[in-house]
Amino acid sequence: MLEIKNLHVKLEEEDKQILKGVDLTVEPGQVAAIMGPNGSGKSTLSYVLSGRDGYEVTDGAATLLGEDILELEPEERAAAGLFLAFQYPVEIPGVGNMTFLRTALNGQRKARGEEELSAADFLKLVREKAKALKIDADMLKRPVNVGFSGGEKKRNEILQMSVLEPKMCIMDETDSGLDVDAMKLVADGVNALRDAGRSFLVITHYQRLLDHIKPDVVHIMADGKIIKSGGPELALEVETNGYADILAEVA
Amino acid sequence: MALPAQKFEAADGLLARHAAPEAGAVWAVEARDAAAARLRAMGAPMRRDEYWKFTNPAALTIAATQAAVFAVDEEPIFDDIDRVKVVFVDGVLRRDLSDDLSLEGVEIETLGEALAKDIHWARDLFGVLEARGQDPVDRPMAALNTAVAGEGLVIRVTGKAPKPLSLIYVHENETSDAVLHHLVRLEEGADFTLLENGPAAARFNKVVEVDVADGAAFHHVRAQGRDHERKTATHMFARLGEESAYKSFTLTVNGVLTRNEQVIEFTGDNAAATVAGACAGDGDEFHHDDTVFVTHDAVNCESRQVFKKVLRNGAVGVFQGKILVQPDAQKTDGYQISQGLLLDDDSQFLAKPELEIYADDVACSHGSTCGGVDETAMFYLTSRGVPKPEAQDMLVLAFIDEAIQEIEDEALADDIRDLLAGWLSRHRA
Repeated sequence: MLEIKNLHVKLEEEDKQILKGVDLTVEPGQVAAIMGPNGSGKSTLSYVLSGRDGYEVTDGAATLLGEDILELEPEERAAAGLFLAFQYPVEIPGVGNMTFLRTALNGQRKARGEEELSAADFLKLVREKAKALKIDADMLKRPVNVGFSGGEKKRNEILQMSVLEPKMCIMDETDSGLDVDAMKLVADGVNALRDAGRSFLVITHYQRLLDHIKPDVVHIMADGKIIKSGGPELALEVETNGYADILAEVA
Repeated sequence: MALPAQKFEAADGLLARHAAPEAGAVWAVEARDAAAARLRAMGAPMRRDEYWKFTNPAALTIAATQAAVFAVDEEPIFDDIDRVKVVFVDGVLRRDLSDDLSLEGVEIETLGEALAKDIHWARDLFGVLEARGQDPVDRPMAALNTAVAGEGLVIRVTGKAPKPLSLIYVHENETSDAVLHHLVRLEEGADFTLLENGPAAARFNKVVEVDVADGAAFHHVRAQGRDHERKTATHMFARLGEESAYKSFTLTVNGVLTRNEQVIEFTGDNAAATVAGACAGDGDEFHHDDTVFVTHDAVNCESRQVFKKVLRNGAVGVFQGKILVQPDAQKTDGYQISQGLLLDDDSQFLAKPELEIYADDVACSHGSTCGGVDETAMFYLTSRGVPKPEAQDMLVLAFIDEAIQEIEDEALADDIRDLLAGWLSRHRA
């Protein structure tokens, strides 16, 4: 599904190398977790994969279903099946949640040469998905994320994910700012989307989220590289002992 | 400081440029002569004048009218609105193209007819609010208008008008130099909506004097667009009685030089006024100027100025807005916001917000900002698959919508939104 090879990335504005040779493969249907200490480059990886400005790829490659995505615009990556659930979903006053989501969905469909969804069909689709996430009509009507609580914002991310049906979902610290109930709701939403044709890359600091979204593999990232990979037990080890042991072991 | 002689020569030139209107009644002749005298005393506008330093008035004042080509395929606007249509072609009323000048609760006459009679309220209005609005800031193009205008409508509203009066300005003659002067008098408790749209003329000078009596409500929605070579100076002078309301919104797209001035005066307590505008300009030929002056001279009145400008490819947007609160105008609530959204590094937004407050129990706030499109929001939208041009349009429309929301009537607001969305889709990077 997603293949990252020897990815080196620096900040565009300053001479600071963030990713120093990331190698990572996410298989179709797999849920992979990335854990790592602050500043290890986890969020940068998610931004670089989704095409945010401000980063320069100095070496390496990243492909989604065999297609080189690093040269694509963010909207082209989205149409190719990539989705980033933001750590801090952006508030956009004046842009209606529904208008936004419909333009996004139809933009993707058009880019893929598919027929656009009618307003009625779209409404039906969103209502159905929103219900499962306990997102009420009022939230759908409001401007994108404006006045949403932390939990509502994250639920809105999952709603977008379930409507857009991406193939590769990257979740950047989706658990941050969520209480236990909200986290469960979000995890249920994600679990409902698990499918043999869909993969997840879950970036998190804590084991807690992984209790709800059970990963197939866990990667540990430090200083811009994946330093260790293993099964779910690796996350438990981090939870108990912190990163110090692993870092020491690798060094 | 002595004013330069050419200011006065140019004033004579302005007056000479226009044919003398039909004489009319004695009072009308006197009002025109007084306006001409005002113009001669203040001189023609020049770049060095304080309120013209951001906008070069030359295109309005030079002798020859430059030919202006115009789009004949103007997008229909207000098409679904039930309204009484009045058409002016190059500044001349065309009854053959207009609906009957009849509307329940509204008396409509032409300026020529009204100025030939002795109508007391017209006499108390024609050139009167314009003259009041000359202090403390000169508005020479408005004085010129009163002095030479022969065309326009004189509207008296006595009740709640069932539908809007829609003035449609058609431009056919490539070098037309048109002057229109409308009078609107809303009697106590009246309610009236005035719509305006269309290119009007190669060069266009328009004044509307609006007298809003106690408890009356005046609504105004205007769309200026499609005529890329538009050179126009418009003024609205309004006087507001007790518990009255005034709401004006203008959308401006394109145009070489558009100067829209609004001069609002609160004379009765507990009244409210909103002057809002949105402009979208593309190219270094575009210059748009909103100049607003609100005077609070009554207790507990609320005024709002809300202006948004989206500029690209060297377009220039100007905002000069003032709130003057007189010593007795306690409990004034004044608000002013002007914001420029620059879609590139070549465009300019020039703002001069002013507050002058002599009362001690007032709430006045103002803000002016200028910036580019929010990159974080752009990334968020595009990362979901929204194509970049559409994402930018969404953010631009969201930016402008705060001004459009000042329009009370939703159908009219939606018309403006559609017009703007269409313009944006034709003017992408």
